Amino acid sequence: MNAIDLQNLDISYGDTKVVFDVNLAIPEGESFALVGESGSGKSTILRAIAGLAPDWTGSISVMGKPRSHHVDRAVSRQAQMVFQDPYGSLHPRKTIDAALSEPLAIHGIGNRGERVEAQLKAVGLDQRFRFRFPHQLSGGQRQRVAIARALMLEPKVLLLDEPTSALDVSVQAEILNLLKRLRREQGLTYLMVTHNLPVVSFLCDRLAVMRHGRIVEIADVAQLKAGQLREPYSQELLAATEGG
Amino acid sequence: MTTRDWLLADSPTSRMQANAGRAYRVFTALLRNPLSVLGGIIILVLLLTAAFAPWIAPYSPTGQNLSARLLPPSAQYWMGTDELGRDIFSRVVWGSQITLTIVALVALISAPLGLFIGAIAGYFGGWVDRMLMGFTDIFLSLPKLILALAFVAALGPGINNAIIAIAITSWPAYARIARAETLTIRNAEYISAVQLAGGGPLRIIVQHILPLCTSSMIVRVTLDMAGVILTAAGLGFLGLGAQPPLPEWGAMISRGRTFILDQWWVATMPGFAIIIVSLGFCFLGDGLRDVLDPKSEGKS
Amino acid sequence: MPPLLEVENLRVSFPTHSGRVEVVKGLSFTLGRERLGIVGESGSGKSMTGRSILKLIRKPGQVTADKLSFDGIDILAQNEKQMRAIRGARISMVMQDPKFSLNPVMTVGEQIAEALVTHQKLPRRDVQARILDMLKAVRINDPERVAKLYPHEVSGGMGQRIMIAMMLIPEPELLIADEPTSALDVSVQAQVLDIIDDLVTRKGMGLILISHDLALVSRYCDRILVMNAGRVVEECAAGQLENAQHPYTRGLLAAMPVIDENRDELPVLDRTQWAGT
Repeated sequence: MNAIDLQNLDISYGDTKVVFDVNLAIPEGESFALVGESGSGKSTILRAIAGLAPDWTGSISVMGKPRSHHVDRAVSRQAQMVFQDPYGSLHPRKTIDAALSEPLAIHGIGNRGERVEAQLKAVGLDQRFRFRFPHQLSGGQRQRVAIARALMLEPKVLLLDEPTSALDVSVQAEILNLLKRLRREQGLTYLMVTHNLPVVSFLCDRLAVMRHGRIVEIADVAQLKAGQLREPYSQELLAATEGG
Repeated sequence: MTTRDWLLADSPTSRMQANAGRAYRVFTALLRNPLSVLGGIIILVLLLTAAFAPWIAPYSPTGQNLSARLLPPSAQYWMGTDELGRDIFSRVVWGSQITLTIVALVALISAPLGLFIGAIAGYFGGWVDRMLMGFTDIFLSLPKLILALAFVAALGPGINNAIIAIAITSWPAYARIARAETLTIRNAEYISAVQLAGGGPLRIIVQHILPLCTSSMIVRVTLDMAGVILTAAGLGFLGLGAQPPLPEWGAMISRGRTFILDQWWVATMPGFAIIIVSLGFCFLGDGLRDVLDPKSEGKS
Repeated sequence: MPPLLEVENLRVSFPTHSGRVEVVKGLSFTLGRERLGIVGESGSGKSMTGRSILKLIRKPGQVTADKLSFDGIDILAQNEKQMRAIRGARISMVMQDPKFSLNPVMTVGEQIAEALVTHQKLPRRDVQARILDMLKAVRINDPERVAKLYPHEVSGGMGQRIMIAMMLIPEPELLIADEPTSALDVSVQAQVLDIIDDLVTRKGMGLILISHDLALVSRYCDRILVMNAGRVVEECAAGQLENAQHPYTRGLLAAMPVIDENRDELPVLDRTQWAGT
């Protein structure tokens, strides 16, 4: 079964179309990267799958079921999102405990205390962080909380929107290791948006290069590692990364 | 472990402790500002005066003693007496109850109303926003006192109607603030995260947006209290608020106006009370603004 | 020739509830007409170092140094008026995000002109010619058109190039670039840095490039200072980065994923070792 299936997907913001005719099938358990420069529409695809960009045509299926145009509860248990900015993705007046309990409360799931403790442990945070406020945490710790929150409903798919680009190199390494371990342990499917090709090489199996709202090329990570991307634009990106 | 250590603990062990700790930090920050401490003391004295008025006031606020008319302040009558021989100090003390009632009821009615309307308009946007804000603008476009006067004239004079009139004229400003704050908050990623978890609009507005609007709202309401007291006094002065013989401060000034040249204390004493309490609210509001400012959040 | 910039035992501190906290703890370096990179993670004090050279640390922040001299001028002894004559004219600074550094109600041309005429008197015709030359130098193809645009009408990369044009037109002797490209796309980053590099080399200026990106700094600088928690932990020539000695630098290098990544797990810094957080 495909975890995510996009067919003839066009996405607009207001009157401007930003994504054109995207077709993509991501099998369950795969880690897939969308790569491109800002404005290429890669984040928009993620938001549409999550239900945050409702203005699209075509079809989006998550875990085999076509999804509606708005946020819906069935999808929220299948796919969750981790945002780029660890400072903007946690409510400043809510403790970590409150942030993690919220999805459980929405879905009427019991045993919240234990689940929160277990999830904190899974993302490598000590229990003493549980009742702290976000401003008492560092950027890396906040991103761990954001990942824990996304995992509270035990989804199968994680949508990662530049999860490490706001972090320092050493912290980025910790978060990347964490994401890799969680995927292995819980059999998750990742769809990650990034502009950082080495991160793709570390964490992903396949990638799609996007430009001006279209997919230019879909390739295996092996091709990326060997520097054998077909399209000239992909090569350009590769060259810019390596400092040409 | 002392209570202080418990409150300032770096790693609280319960949600209650975390929130108590935050409240304690706000409180200590407030204590560092001398003006807000002064404001707090004034408000505290007002509260105590209102609560213990029967014990504090030496005379009845309405009991007349025509043999002691218009006496200047003395050891017996601290603030003098009015034209019916009533002790002004006692009337000012009892009047604090009325002032406090007006202030509290106006705040309780108008702030939540404004918050809700503003948050709903800001969160949903579109035609909901246009309708609610159009309605709000109608109220905002008229001067407060004139609008309150019109309402009281329509509803009939009296303290309850004065409260309703003032509340009706106060909420639009709060709705505007709440809407502006909501607009900046609603696209935040932590709101998206709740949406993604399946949270509905009611949950998002009540549990996530409103708590972030409340601090600016508390500040604004506290600062507005002075204005509310003045409006209430103004209505009382014009004979449209509290009716005699209620010892409302504005009404007292109005009565004292006749004697202002020869018996200055009759109008001046309640005037002092109004000024001091208004200043108290202003100082406290200023202090709260510095402390509750979200930008200083990270450092506290 | 004396060095362009001499810094000895620079300390920057800020007051907090629990006393003054030093964010730069005794930094020393000298700079000739060369390209120096300062690398560090957030909170390492690298930006504060750049700002203190221009005396841009606001109260209640405090800057002390045994020596902080630029071309023989004691920076710490200068008053605000004298500093204004130095800033822009002799030392310029390019900041991270052009969106916040450009005035939204002035055209690009006007802003560059202002940067130029504040520091020297020139006839109007010459000003115009200098602006167009400068825009061409930052590789803007149609300078006449761009000079008439407002900041919101240009892209991020173009905005940053305009900032650079503004900073370089008074021909300063030292350019401080604080994360000049971290708000830009990878491909534009290289362009912008190439432009800075080219102009700095051609005019024989000094450059301090402040960044969190080790690879980027090593590519564009001659010499690198690695900062951690307010101190320099490593100083080396850019080419010698692979042979870095300090465990922090080595840790940073290892923690970066590479394009043909085969490690199953990235090595993580043991922070307790350097008293970081």
